[in-house]
Amino acid sequence: MIGALAAAAVASVAVALAIGSVDITLANVVRALFGNGDDASASVVRELRLPRAIAALAVGGLLAVAGSLMQVLLRNPLADPFVLGLSGGAACGALGALLLGFAAFATPAAFAGAAAATLLVFGLARGRDAWSPTRLLLTGVVVAAGFGALIMLMLSIAPDTQVRGMLFWLIGDLSVSSHGERALLALIAVLAIAMLFARDATLLARGEATAATLGVNVRVVTLALHVLAAAATAIAVTVAGSVGFIGLVVPHAVRLVIGNDQRFLLPAAALAGGALLVVADTLARSLVAPAQLPVGVLTALAGVPIFLFLLRRSA
Amino acid sequence: MILTVENVTLAVAGRTLCSALSFAVDAGECWVIVGPNGVGKTTLLATLAGLRAPASGAIGIEGRAMREWTPRERALRVGLLPQDTVDAFPDTALEIAIAGRHPHVARWRAESPDDVAAARTALADVDCAGLAERNVQTLSGGERRRVALAMLLAQDPAIMLLDEPTNHLDVAHEVRVLDLLARRASTGQRAIVMSIHDLTLAARHASHALLFGFEGVSAGPASEMLTARNLSALYRQALVAVPHAGGTAFLPA
Repeated sequence: MIGALAAAAVASVAVALAIGSVDITLANVVRALFGNGDDASASVVRELRLPRAIAALAVGGLLAVAGSLMQVLLRNPLADPFVLGLSGGAACGALGALLLGFAAFATPAAFAGAAAATLLVFGLARGRDAWSPTRLLLTGVVVAAGFGALIMLMLSIAPDTQVRGMLFWLIGDLSVSSHGERALLALIAVLAIAMLFARDATLLARGEATAATLGVNVRVVTLALHVLAAAATAIAVTVAGSVGFIGLVVPHAVRLVIGNDQRFLLPAAALAGGALLVVADTLARSLVAPAQLPVGVLTALAGVPIFLFLLRRSA
Repeated sequence: MILTVENVTLAVAGRTLCSALSFAVDAGECWVIVGPNGVGKTTLLATLAGLRAPASGAIGIEGRAMREWTPRERALRVGLLPQDTVDAFPDTALEIAIAGRHPHVARWRAESPDDVAAARTALADVDCAGLAERNVQTLSGGERRRVALAMLLAQDPAIMLLDEPTNHLDVAHEVRVLDLLARRASTGQRAIVMSIHDLTLAARHASHALLFGFEGVSAGPASEMLTARNLSALYRQALVAVPHAGGTAFLPA
């Protein structure tokens, strides 16, 4: 299963490199990547499409891992960084840094925003063993709306020249993304650390009391997983803005196939999330070419009906 | 003594549930905790499981203070079936039973075939062998309860704490589960401590009883503790003991 998903991730990147305003054959893609051809198509592949595909792979993986961890922490398969306002918190932090003229601190500010949202959402969950979907979603809606209002506030007082660039944080867009390879390294690091706690996380999904009596150091593990989920969300948001529903749909779909054992679910979700966002972004930039859709529009259009379907089934 | 409770005070949100509570449980004993709703039975079991610290006093496991054990060492010795379990995800019954093997599996190892066999045996013990591959979310309340119990049986700790283990069970499975637990105590040399509301079943299976009331707690051999007089006072409800061939039934007077 993990092997098949790894192959799918590689294939999705290959397709992303081949498809676009200039169609390039896979053979030429391979030549552009590994050969030393310096013609136009090679520079399109290496300088435009590859960084974007890597960013999509990393962001999709980070969001899927963040979603898996939040679902374990809240013991609810509807938890997701976008739905619960973590993405909004991260976007708020990054926008605030930009507005105050500290563009260099956008990433740490995004992390602070995601951490604040995490504290807010999970702080309300203290001492509870499982959240009802209703309570979870109400909290998420309110927290997300709060951050949405803050973002609107910042947009309305921002200088006109900055607004277009700031909208990116709201929508989720990979067309202006940079630092994709750093985000990929971050994904590998987050996943590696999360894997250290994978067995504990599987037990935590059965409730804190059960995990504790089976020998899990609940305080240490929950703290680590909170930090990882917030960090993964913050990094994903600083690279691509608020891309929604990957963190919800991907772990859910993967879980249907391989179960909830986090030792397998976490790496599988990372690969599937990465592959899915690469495919979604390739569609976003080729569906209405030469115009480009922000990928967040596409994931939200697909994600909302899926979310409603899952909600209806769980009720 | 495998489990010792010395001079323990339990308090929740400023309310003292009991004070100066002392008793000791030995391997081979099957204890029942009986008492009215809201008196603190669940809090006591959570405290014995190490999930919360007592307001004062000491709890010892195999002669060592509770907090001196690492979480994993403790999990090999003390296990708890909570009153309610969380089935938020579509795990199979077998996956849940295998989770009970967690403290037996070294940190960087996968579960061995022996662990899987132990989990399957535990499922069979609670009459769930045929449900092993079923998604727990599709099971009935009683079936889920038995699967949760299988997790504790697979964990197989020296001290098994159970919070109302017979919740949701039909009468046949109530008897089967309590027979199994009493047998684990007597022939398996485990210590069983469970809260239970069915006084007839409590009297049928217990070797010792702890009467947990709003006015105080008393503990001793089941035959001395579980009398119509004691239980009527405990629940403030007149009860009569009706002897029958299999033991004593307690009925409201």
